[in-house]
Amino acid sequence: MGSPPSLVARPGAGQVELTAEGSWTVAHARSLDGLIDETVQRMPPGQPVSVDMHRITTLDTYGAWLIERLVRARENLPGGVRLEGLPERYKSLFDQIQRADRAPPVPAPSRFSISGKLEQLGRATVGFGNELLAFASMLGALVLSLGRVIANPRSFRLTSTVHHLDRVGWKAVPIMLLITFLIGCIIAQQGFFHFRKFGADAYVVDMVGILVLREIGVLIVAIMMAGRSGSAYTAELGSMKMREEIDALRTMGRDPVDVLILPRILALVIALPILTFLGSMAALYGGGVVAYFYGGMSPDIYIERLREAVSLTHFEVGMIKAPFMALVIGVVACAQGLAVKGSAESLGLETTASVVKSIFLVIVLDGLFAVFFAAVDM
Amino acid sequence: MSIEVKNISKSFGSFKALNNINLDLPPGELIALLGPSGCGKTTLLRIIAGLETADEGSIILSGEDASNKHVRERQVGFVFQHYALFRHMTVFENVAFGLRVKPKAHRPPEKEIRAKVHRLLDLVQLDWLADRFPAQLSGGQRQRIALARALAVEPQVLLLDEPFGALDAKVRKELRRWLRRLHDELHISSVFVTHDQEEALEVSDRIVLMNKGRIEQIGSPREIYNEPATSFAYSFIGTVNEFRGHVEGGYVRVGNDLLPHNRTDLNDGASVIAFARPHDTEIIKGAEGEGVAAKVNRILSSGAITRVELIANGDARQGKKDYFEVEVTPADLAALSLATGEAVRIKSRRLSLFGDK
Repeated sequence: MGSPPSLVARPGAGQVELTAEGSWTVAHARSLDGLIDETVQRMPPGQPVSVDMHRITTLDTYGAWLIERLVRARENLPGGVRLEGLPERYKSLFDQIQRADRAPPVPAPSRFSISGKLEQLGRATVGFGNELLAFASMLGALVLSLGRVIANPRSFRLTSTVHHLDRVGWKAVPIMLLITFLIGCIIAQQGFFHFRKFGADAYVVDMVGILVLREIGVLIVAIMMAGRSGSAYTAELGSMKMREEIDALRTMGRDPVDVLILPRILALVIALPILTFLGSMAALYGGGVVAYFYGGMSPDIYIERLREAVSLTHFEVGMIKAPFMALVIGVVACAQGLAVKGSAESLGLETTASVVKSIFLVIVLDGLFAVFFAAVDM
Repeated sequence: MSIEVKNISKSFGSFKALNNINLDLPPGELIALLGPSGCGKTTLLRIIAGLETADEGSIILSGEDASNKHVRERQVGFVFQHYALFRHMTVFENVAFGLRVKPKAHRPPEKEIRAKVHRLLDLVQLDWLADRFPAQLSGGQRQRIALARALAVEPQVLLLDEPFGALDAKVRKELRRWLRRLHDELHISSVFVTHDQEEALEVSDRIVLMNKGRIEQIGSPREIYNEPATSFAYSFIGTVNEFRGHVEGGYVRVGNDLLPHNRTDLNDGASVIAFARPHDTEIIKGAEGEGVAAKVNRILSSGAITRVELIANGDARQGKKDYFEVEVTPADLAALSLATGEAVRIKSRRLSLFGDK
């Protein structure tokens, strides 16, 4: 605690001499506060003031700030305040205090103001541009790598591609079949429930067939792939990036796109159409099951109606979309994976972003295809 | 292979990681890039390797401009702090990887690869682990495998990024000695990054001391320790007593105390930082006279030299509590007969002064 502080005023020739003593710390806050107020009030305004501080035993930010307050209160008066004998050890503290709080605080820009909104919009645009750039550069790197492989087929990593095909294709079959089967069941059930009111039972089969083959089959499978395999790609590449394995590959003269990314995306592009086909079949089968048990339609009639309603074009429309969706999922997943920075937190963020972005892009792509197929009459 | 770094600058956003770095490293030496965290040493190493591109300047390897060369053409071996071993490959396959992925024209036959990998594993004394996976190894073993892998491609330069940073103190010390021995055997130009001054002083032929994206000093460990060129070099390397004050004739005024110095080229009133090593600092009995007043805090007498820790009032560091360390021989200690809490004075036989900004 130290000795209590004091501030003694001695009027000298044409100036006031103040002597500060004792411990100017927060422990003596109450008495210090009174001391300064009293002194400031009692001092004649016109005279210069000098403060002798060499008998201060301890000083903290609080005490230093009080002295600084005294200085600032008389800054614009003639003479001002002169400080003397500040112990060396408190010099840097005092320098800090003198600099503190000089400029008026800059008001935080309101988030609701027009300029704030503009700033947000600008930042969002730049962010979007950067993401587009990352996507395009990954796509470009992929095309280059594909070109190298075509020029020199021996450098293709077949084992790795087959391994990934097994993971994202073969091992995904049961879950894809189950989900698409259930979706087929649900669409058929809803169809029967509502169409029955109009006596249009027979058209349920048309709806199930066209919907599944053109849209639902490929969309469900692509979304499942983005969640199941896209996120796995991002996490794998991200953790390899974190452990500097990707840098290690580069120092040993291998391009990570050739070694890691091309096999992964190729596996996805091969697997997705196959899974789309299987999924569509499962959905149609699910529709048939519901038609028999819920709609009272015999399997023969179901198949007959299907044959009439569905043409090869519908099937083609679904299948053409599949590899493009796979490409989008793969490129987004790999680009996000390489964007991972050193921390585990960033790995989680990028994995989430990978799934969200690829699902979004898959749906946008589906919309573009819808416009395209309508234009070419398919 | 000689490495020349010319006017290299690199910024990350508004942060200047490297500020006009110039270096000329002769071939065959083991060089340490030493500095505190965030001083840009890893960035510099990655730029030399080609893993990162500089905003300005060029890298010259063996007299040839390599700035636009791809990593794989620079013939560097890189050892990473976290080993970066491929997890799904055995130790053998990891080391062989660099050879097996070479283009067919340069790839040695399988038999030769096997022989070479075993030779390298012998060199790092881990041949018996060839069939294990990285996850089954200890940290020290993994780092040695990573080194073998980097050496497999016969690099012209070996670059090591804090190679022992993730290991415990004892293993670090062993590996340090081992790295030095390995370098003496192979004589391959090597640059390693470290923030551990002891490591740099013990292992390297030459130290490049960095701070805030600039080079502070380049020199042999002896020079760096005995003749630090800047106040940063002094305070970063080794234990040191620091005094801040201003010049008053033949003295440095530190608070109310006076510390004698023997420089003549300083103006009165100039702010200075003075440094003294613990073995160049002496304790004087009595509370009056020359030297900075301090209180004996602890006397640590284990080993041949006794270390005395002292506390002063804070004048020398301007606010922060001052801890000083003095090394005394047992004979001197007996003559002084110090007691804990005793008020004494300290001064230095060899005080180094630097201007304070």
